[in-house]
Amino acid sequence: MPIKTSPIIVNIGPHHPSTHGVFRMRVMFDGENIIDLEPVFGYLHRGTEKLAEERTYAQIITLTDRLDYLASMSNNLAYVVSVEKLLGVKAPERAMYIRVIMAELMRIASHLIGLGSFLNDLGALATPWMYMFREREKILDLCEMVCGARITYSYMRVGGVSMDLPPEFMGALRQFCDDFPHRIDEYEKLLRENEILISRTKGVAVLSAETAKNNSLSGPVLRASGVNWDLRKSDPYEIYDRLDFEVPIGQTGDTYDRFLVRLEELRQSLKIINQCVKDMPIGETRLKLPALIRPPKGDAYGHVEAPKGELGFYIVSDGTIAPYRLKIRAPSFINLTALREMTVGYKLADLIVVFGSIDVNMGEVDR
Amino acid sequence: MYGLGLLKGLSVTIRYAFKKPFTVQYPETKLKTQPRYRGYEFVWYEDRCTGCASCAKYCPLGIIKIVTKRAPEANIGGKYALDIFDIDTGRCMFCALCVEACPYDALFMGVNYERASYTRGGLVVHIDELRNAKKMPSAFLRPNLEVQAGKYTEESSLNPNEAGR
Repeated sequence: MPIKTSPIIVNIGPHHPSTHGVFRMRVMFDGENIIDLEPVFGYLHRGTEKLAEERTYAQIITLTDRLDYLASMSNNLAYVVSVEKLLGVKAPERAMYIRVIMAELMRIASHLIGLGSFLNDLGALATPWMYMFREREKILDLCEMVCGARITYSYMRVGGVSMDLPPEFMGALRQFCDDFPHRIDEYEKLLRENEILISRTKGVAVLSAETAKNNSLSGPVLRASGVNWDLRKSDPYEIYDRLDFEVPIGQTGDTYDRFLVRLEELRQSLKIINQCVKDMPIGETRLKLPALIRPPKGDAYGHVEAPKGELGFYIVSDGTIAPYRLKIRAPSFINLTALREMTVGYKLADLIVVFGSIDVNMGEVDR
Repeated sequence: MYGLGLLKGLSVTIRYAFKKPFTVQYPETKLKTQPRYRGYEFVWYEDRCTGCASCAKYCPLGIIKIVTKRAPEANIGGKYALDIFDIDTGRCMFCALCVEACPYDALFMGVNYERASYTRGGLVVHIDELRNAKKMPSAFLRPNLEVQAGKYTEESSLNPNEAGR
């Protein structure tokens, strides 16, 4: 007599350590196989966009820190770039170099956490995670040196940065840049050829370039699928058009490729920082703008390549001290939309790994 | 050969097994903060403050409460003295926008980070506490303090002239 089976619905999260925050997946299982998945979010909603409507343009910078809290400087940058577009001003040369250095340091810090937590989800408990936190700690020390905070920086301002770099910063940054390539080699030696990692990730959750584009994904997830799309190259902002770097592209779009793309981006970010350190000009770091900025009526959309993808701010101004509307295009949120396509047909154990490989940050998803 | 990748990885971890840990045990050993660290014990120089309330207006959360009264001889250039100057640090996010707003360099961030309290009321810094606190101003947005702020000891307390402008 055949045994009768029926699909079962399981809620994973919201309080699950591998969901990187508070995120719930309603998954339909047939035994161990996933036949359907529905992401449920909104547990961390703070109403950032609405709060911004009653804050002045300078005060909103503190709100942007709390979107992707692993890469606050990139959020600051995306916001100030958008407001500068709205105002039609450009930051001084030195400020742009400082901003690019900080944004790339944040990319390294964010990717280190992304890789570490991905490997943590995979079962490589604590060892790679601790190694990567050690390096991130050095980046946080650099940021503390520059702006006195370790997570919520609020460092950039419309028309420049709040303060010039301290005198001891350059030496510390150079030391970090000399030291870090050895650490990346170490990570590669530790993980790249690891048979367990390869068998768990190679060929798992293949995301075709077509699906990735149709879901309007961005960042390392898109590039791992073989699409050459990086805003630093395709729509250069700040000084990226003067810098020489490569955009790492994946071959097949599986989980292993996403891992490799992130690992390679660490090297490219370091290359960018080295160039910036070499060409850094001397001069002003901040434009003289009034404390209460009143942009002209109109709207502007500014975007940057944040560690997780395209981060954009759409600002509508009605000529007062606060924006009429502020819309945030958060990369993590949009990257999550491909989760169903990626995981259906795989097993429960793969789901956690694939979710880790997208590298989302719930602060940004729910806003 | 199968398993070679695992051995390669183990060769990395085994090297760290015999090295000194890079972490420290917190309450016994304390890491030094940077001169620009934005932290507790806001430094406030009453002589310089004119009661303009720029800091209160600039604060994104509106946690600074200021009540002034007319007093012609109270301070340099001002016509007002302060009755109440409360900072509700329980809600403060240490963004230092108040420090940026101050036109007379009367308000500075501090460099301390240990100020736990059993009640929420205990987190409100009152005017007397600000008057009597040790003055260890942070160098954030005050570049003239860059060297001094790195050398504070437990006893340090700068007077307005030492803090400079």
